Amino acid sequence: MAQAFFGGVHPNDMKAATNEKAIEQLAPPAEVVIPMSMHFGAPCTPLVKADDLVKVGQKIGETRGLGAPIHASVSGKVKAVEPRPYNMGGNMMAVVIENDFQDTLSEEVQAPADPDALSVEEMVEIVKNAGIVGMGGATFPTHVKISGGIGKVDTVIINGAECEPYITGDHRTMLERPEQIIGGATYLAKMFGVDKVVIGVEDNKQNGIDALNACIKEKNAPVVVEPLHCRYPQGGEKQLCQAITGKQVPPGGLPSNIGCAVFNINTTCAIFRAITTGMPVVKKIVTVSGSGVVEPKNIECPIGTPVARLFDACGGLKDGTYKLIMGGPMMGMAQYTADVPVGKGTGAMLAFCEDEEKTVENPQCIRCGRCVEACPMHLEPLMLYQYAEKGMLDELNDAHIMDCMECGACAYACPARMHLTHMFKVGKQKLKDKMAADKAAAEAAKAAAEKKEA
Amino acid sequence: MTDYKNLKLIATSNPHIRSNDTTRSIMLDVIIAMLPALIWSVVEFGVRAIAVTLVSVAGSVFFEWLYRNILKKPQSVGDLSAVVTGMLLAFVCPVNVAYWQILIGDAFAIIMVKQLFGGIGKNFLNPALAGRAFMLASFASTMSGNWIDPAVSKAGIASTADIVTAATPLTYLKGDDIAATFQTLTETYSVGDMFLGKCGGSLGEVSALCLLLGLVWLLFRKVISWHIPVSYIATVAVLTLIFPRGGADAVQWMLYNLFGGGLMLGAIFMATDYSTSPITKKGQLIYGVGCGLFTVFIRYFGSYPEGVCYSIMVMNCVAPLIDKCTKPARFGVVKFEKKEASAK
Repeated sequence: MAQAFFGGVHPNDMKAATNEKAIEQLAPPAEVVIPMSMHFGAPCTPLVKADDLVKVGQKIGETRGLGAPIHASVSGKVKAVEPRPYNMGGNMMAVVIENDFQDTLSEEVQAPADPDALSVEEMVEIVKNAGIVGMGGATFPTHVKISGGIGKVDTVIINGAECEPYITGDHRTMLERPEQIIGGATYLAKMFGVDKVVIGVEDNKQNGIDALNACIKEKNAPVVVEPLHCRYPQGGEKQLCQAITGKQVPPGGLPSNIGCAVFNINTTCAIFRAITTGMPVVKKIVTVSGSGVVEPKNIECPIGTPVARLFDACGGLKDGTYKLIMGGPMMGMAQYTADVPVGKGTGAMLAFCEDEEKTVENPQCIRCGRCVEACPMHLEPLMLYQYAEKGMLDELNDAHIMDCMECGACAYACPARMHLTHMFKVGKQKLKDKMAADKAAAEAAKAAAEKKEA
Repeated sequence: MTDYKNLKLIATSNPHIRSNDTTRSIMLDVIIAMLPALIWSVVEFGVRAIAVTLVSVAGSVFFEWLYRNILKKPQSVGDLSAVVTGMLLAFVCPVNVAYWQILIGDAFAIIMVKQLFGGIGKNFLNPALAGRAFMLASFASTMSGNWIDPAVSKAGIASTADIVTAATPLTYLKGDDIAATFQTLTETYSVGDMFLGKCGGSLGEVSALCLLLGLVWLLFRKVISWHIPVSYIATVAVLTLIFPRGGADAVQWMLYNLFGGGLMLGAIFMATDYSTSPITKKGQLIYGVGCGLFTVFIRYFGSYPEGVCYSIMVMNCVAPLIDKCTKPARFGVVKFEKKEASAK
């Protein structure tokens, strides 16, 4: 049994609604909306214009700086290239494709002659061109993580913790497509030059662990499955590294600082598909669940499918649905419209119609210390809240608010129902603004001093 | 078909789910944990015990409601914390306290100690203990002199004129001739009597057994952790075991110190008050040890026979400092790195 990390909470996992439901293919949507930002980094530049014909797998967005290219997920005619609502709130330049239901494959999608004979550089290039990003939700470009980690990383970890309640996409993938996970993990081992890859899986998915182990045995793959304590946020990158290696990622650092690289289950599958078939990221497995969904399901759909189509496939929404969440209930983003499309990082789409929020009027901190116990980053959320509320930015910085990863464990545990995570987001932004202003002021002062000297 | 255009959606920050515990449910658990001791107080002291408790609770809730109403602040009586304060204040008073006296104590506890500092979670002293200290200063003879002798008489609801009073066990642990008084004490009450609560004292403090039942409930419901009560009681136990007075048997001396007076009530219900105790586990251990030290110091060297009330109030004042000194180690900063950083 792997060690656990410090802190965390144990919410009801709510996975029973979908964990025995096989992944379904969504009936092709009539229209997809593909935003030019589905990754960490700068948005892509659209390569197509209205009335262009596109095919599945054709590159339609090129990177500018840090990012990952974007591909058409259906074949058909480009209806428009215009700003549309997307999951981060507000609008984003998007390519709207009218589906011709032909699923014509682009000539750009070429399977390598012998995937096993590829060099490391060639494999990284394939991952880059396939537009693969961290599909657990962080959407960091995967090729950057790999090329930046080669030589530094001795522990490659596949994140199958799936610690967020409701979400079962990774679990179903373990049961239905273990060969893709193990295959992808094997390629990762090759790229990093390590002799072992660790898959961390929470122990509430025992049949998933068994399926992976059976596949490892069959293929004699350099992979081990490590069962993990079931506790949120076990799947947080830093917590997973801590649980598996016992080491802590330094403040402001990345897992590569302690020789780790972490990849999501679905990212690993995408790497496998890209290397063996040349297929870029055009589909995503989404768990559609929550009290507001008539019939919860796991659905595989083209990237860019408006989430309303997912709910349609699940019998629609119940009356009184008050919240749509893209992602898990702990870290997901609440959406203000059902027009937002499925992106590369969308693992779940939840609809709530009951009293999940349990809000109270006039929350008052009672100093019970549960937030301190829950914080996996060893912070003191109740103090941070006070500093942020009162605008004490220096104290906020000294209390390491920038270490907060907004996992929501403190707010979940809070019996007074304080809006902790919300306040930290506000506080972080204020602090960033102040730091930027201070820097600008310092530079201006320096420039003025230089001018005087000259 | 769902009408997606007319959904009434809210888009608030994550997390979108919350645990089931609320301030109210926590306070309710504390109230439940106090019930065994309350029932015992009725058995031991008579029906007046419950009348005093009810008056005190009503007074606390009323003053909280009044204050928040007059100052037009959001009403907070629903969180039940005033009920807890009212019960605790009754628990630390003798059963023959006058109703008007305990109401004054309630007013002080709720208005002066709790609400003037901002209400729940903001006060730096435990309201019930501060209320008791205020009453001790105001009504010294009621609060420390006339302890009802439960073996002889029970207190009726209306009158307290005919009750027989006696000294509490703790007064026997003090004085010029401790050897003799302790001898008398052991002859009057056995250790078993003390543990069950068959002795004089404040309304809710006498039965160690009932209070420990409450502790079990609080731990089971995860309302408190073991750190404060265990470190507090253990400190008193160790000190009294090492330093028995008057030539008494060390173990016997320790047990009478543990079960006599308000130690159990203080360690389980008072010192664990969220607002006034440290938030980290390490801090809570230090705090518990501090409470234990002061309790023994006051019992041994102070002019009062009982030290629990003041020792907890002293540590209440130190709690913010303890919090400052026991901040959790920053994630990702391991010990040798810290040393390196300080060496630079």
